[in-house]
Amino acid sequence: MVTAVGRSVPRRDGASKVTGEARYTDDLVVPGAWYGQTVRSTIARGTITAIELDPAFDWSRVVVVTAADIPGDNVVQLIRDDQPVLARLGGEIRHKEEPILLLAAEDRSTLQEAAEHIRIQYAMQEPVFDLERATEVYTRIEIRKGEVVEVEEGVEVVTRTFRVGLQEQLYIEPQGAIAYPNEQGGMTVVGSLQCPYYVHRALKRALKLSDEQAIVIQAETGGGFGGKEEYPSMVAIHAALLARKAGRPIRLIYDRHEDLAATTKRHPGVITHRTGVNKDGTLVFQDIDILLDGGGYCTLTPVVLSRAAIHATGPYSCPNVRIRARAVATNTPPNGAFRGFGAPQSLFAAELMVEHVAERLGRASVDLRRRWMLRLGDTTATGQKLTESVGSELVLDAALKAAPHVGTSARRHLRRGRGLSLVFHGSGFTGSGEKKLSGTVAMEALADGTFQILTASTEIGQGTRTIFCQLAADALGVAIERVRVAPQDTSKVPDSGPTVASRTAMIVGRLVQEAASEIKARLLQHKERLPLRVERSYIQPESLHWDEATYQGDAYPIYAYACTIADVEVDMITGIVRVTDLISAVDCGKALHPVLAEGQIEGGGLQAVGWATIEEIKMKDGAYQNDRLATYLIPTALDAPRIRTILVENPYSRGPFGAKGIGELPMDGPAPAIVAAIHDATGVWLDEIPATPEKVLAACASR
Amino acid sequence: MRFTLNGRDSSVEGSGSRRLLDVLREDLRHTGTKEGCGEGECGACSVLVDGEVVNSCLVAVGQVEGRQVVTIEGLQSPLQQAFIEYGAAQCGICTPGMLLAAYVLLQRTRRPSEDDVREALAGNLCRCTGYTKIIEAVLSCAT
Repeated sequence: MVTAVGRSVPRRDGASKVTGEARYTDDLVVPGAWYGQTVRSTIARGTITAIELDPAFDWSRVVVVTAADIPGDNVVQLIRDDQPVLARLGGEIRHKEEPILLLAAEDRSTLQEAAEHIRIQYAMQEPVFDLERATEVYTRIEIRKGEVVEVEEGVEVVTRTFRVGLQEQLYIEPQGAIAYPNEQGGMTVVGSLQCPYYVHRALKRALKLSDEQAIVIQAETGGGFGGKEEYPSMVAIHAALLARKAGRPIRLIYDRHEDLAATTKRHPGVITHRTGVNKDGTLVFQDIDILLDGGGYCTLTPVVLSRAAIHATGPYSCPNVRIRARAVATNTPPNGAFRGFGAPQSLFAAELMVEHVAERLGRASVDLRRRWMLRLGDTTATGQKLTESVGSELVLDAALKAAPHVGTSARRHLRRGRGLSLVFHGSGFTGSGEKKLSGTVAMEALADGTFQILTASTEIGQGTRTIFCQLAADALGVAIERVRVAPQDTSKVPDSGPTVASRTAMIVGRLVQEAASEIKARLLQHKERLPLRVERSYIQPESLHWDEATYQGDAYPIYAYACTIADVEVDMITGIVRVTDLISAVDCGKALHPVLAEGQIEGGGLQAVGWATIEEIKMKDGAYQNDRLATYLIPTALDAPRIRTILVENPYSRGPFGAKGIGELPMDGPAPAIVAAIHDATGVWLDEIPATPEKVLAACASR
Repeated sequence: MRFTLNGRDSSVEGSGSRRLLDVLREDLRHTGTKEGCGEGECGACSVLVDGEVVNSCLVAVGQVEGRQVVTIEGLQSPLQQAFIEYGAAQCGICTPGMLLAAYVLLQRTRRPSEDDVREALAGNLCRCTGYTKIIEAVLSCAT
C-alpha cells in the first residue's frame, strides 16, 4: 500500500472550497436569527458617566445588552482578568473601540437606526500612546547566561536600536459568530475561530454555564494567523449575551471596517542590541533590551513577550547573554497573537545586528553567521542544550546554493540588492506550556471499517484536516480514504489545545499518530468490539526541564530553522521598494505534505514581505487611521515576489515521522533579509519597518 | 428583476438598489460568493456579469437585469482540480473569486505569461498562499 505521509495528497477540504460548497460562519442559514451589533467607545481613556437611550426611539424592536446583563463574570477569560466583556457604567475605558453595549434587531436598518439613538458620555483622562513613555508594565522577563561585562579590552561594542510597527492579520473572512440557545439550557456558538476550547472557557465564565451547557463549534474558517486565537472569545460572548436576552439566535458578523478598527494587531516594539565582539569575529556578549506595546488590555502579551525574549539572540551561540524584556500598557486597542508571536520582532533586530557587527568588523555577514550559528551540542540563551535536529547550517547552505545571480538594473534609478537572514523558531508551547495543557486527542475505529480522529485542532487553511488523516492512515496501515477528522465541536471532541504556536502538526499530530498506533495494536492483538475508542494525552518527555522563575532550561521541545534570501529593487526617485525574489530554505524536520508545507512558507513569507514594506498602520489619538481595506494595503499578486521554497528534512525524534512545527517560522526571516537587501541596493541602513517610500527617501537623503 | 444565474432564469423581488452580493447570498442562497471588505478591494465577492469579473459588493442588483451572472456554483473548469492539486486553496475564502478571475483570463488568453496571471488576479487578495501556488495552478491550465 502507498503510504500517505510525505506525499502531497489532495487536501480534504479542497473540493468543497473550489465549488463554493464550504460553509463559513456567515454562510450558515439560521431561521429566526436576528442581527447583532457592538457599540464601542469613542475615547481612548476615561470613565463612562452616562449611557443614554433616546426615549423618542421605539426600543421594543431592539434588544439591548449592557454589562448589567452579564450573568457570570464580566471578564474575557485568558491570562489576566483585566479585559471586560463590556465596559460598565462608571467603569474604565482603556482604548478606543472598546465594547460598551450590544444591540440586536430583526433587520439591519433597525439596528443602524437604534445605534444612532444611543449617547454615551465620558469623563476623559489623559491617554498614553507612546510605548516608550508608558509606565504601566504588563510583564517583565529577564534571561541571563554567563556575564555581560561592560567594558573589556579588545572588545568592539556595537549598539543599535530597531523599531517595528503594528500589523493586521487580515484574514479575508472577518470575525463572526452565531449564537443560539441550546437544549442544555445553555448556549451554542458557531464561529470563525482557531481555538474552540478558549472560546468554551470564556463562554462558560461570562455566561455562567456548565461544561455541557456551553457548546462551541468551528465553522469553516477563512484564515486566522493568530487573529482568531483570542478575539473570537469576545465575539462569541457578545453573540451569546444577545441570544440569551433575545431568546433567539443571533448573528454577530463584523464588517471589515469594524474588524480592522477593533481587533488585535501584531505588537509594535523597540529593541536595542549591544553586541560585544572580538576583532577576529568571536561573539563575546549580547545585551538586548526589548520593549513591546501591549495596548489597552493584557490579552496574550506576556506569552508574546516570552517568545520575543527567547528568540532575541537569533540562532547563535553566545557565552554571555543578558535579555531584558518588558511589555507595557498604552491606550490603543489591545495587541495580540499574530503568526510568529513576538519572534519576528526580536529576530528582525537580531539579524540586522549581525549585519551591523559585520560592517564594523569589515567582514561578510554570512561568515559571521556561519561562525556564530547554533550547532549540535551548543546551548541557547536559556541554557538549553541542543541535542538533535539543528538545521542552521543545512538551511544556510541550501539557500546559498539556490540563490541566483542578482542582475544589474537596466534603468539607473532602479537599484538592485540582495540580503540574507538566518532564523530559528521554537515549535510548540514555551517552557512547561505543553505539560500544563496536556492536550488530548481521541481516535475511533468504527464498525464500517473507517476511522475517525477527534480533536479540537482546527483547520484554518494550513491543512490540519489533511495532515492528521495522513498521520493516522500510515500509523494504522490503511488507505487515507478510510480516515476522517470529526467536526470541531466541543460537545464531541476532547481539548487538544489551541491551534497556535506551531504546535498542531508536531504536538497534536504526534498524539494522532500514537492513538492510531494504539488502535492498530489493539485490533491486531484482540478481537475488539467496534466501535473502539482510544484517547491520548501529551506527556512531557522526562528529558525536558523548564524553570519559569529563572527562565532557564528547555524553552521549546525543538527548533525549526530557516534561511531567507531576498532580492529587492529600490526606485531611487519614488523610494518604492519592490521585493522581486524570495528564497526560503526551511528545516522542517520532515515534510509531511510538501505542498502544504510550501504553502505555509510562501504564505507566511509574503505576510512578512508586507510587514517589511507596505503594511503600515497610522495612529491618531489612539485609533487606527487606515482602518479600511482601501487604505490598509497588503500585497497583491502583482506586488508578491517570486517565492521559492527549499524543504530541508532533518528529522526530530519526537515529531510525527520526524516533523517539526513550521507554521510561524516563515514570518521571521524575510523582514531583516529585505532591509539588508535595501542596504545592498542603496547603501543606507533602515532601523525601522515598514520600509515605506518616505523612510527610504529620508534615509537616502540624510546620507 | 430577472437575470440569468448560472444558466438558469432567476427572479428576485425588492429594491433594485440592493447589492448583488446580498441578493445572491441571502435571497438566492448562493453563499459561495463571499464578503471580505464590502468596498471592492478584496475581490472575495467576484462574480461574472456577461463574462466580466465584477465585485458584487459594488453592483446593484438592478444593474444585472436581463444579464448573465455566473457565480462559483456555476463554474465547471479544470482550474478547480488544478487549485486542489497545486495547493492554491488554503483557507478557501478567496478561492471562489480567484477561480472566476482566473477563468476569465484563460477564456481570453490561452497561453498567459506569469505576469499576465499576476495582472489578472491583482484584484483578488489572498492572505494564505503568497499567490505562488495560485499562479502555478492557473499556468498549468493554459492550453
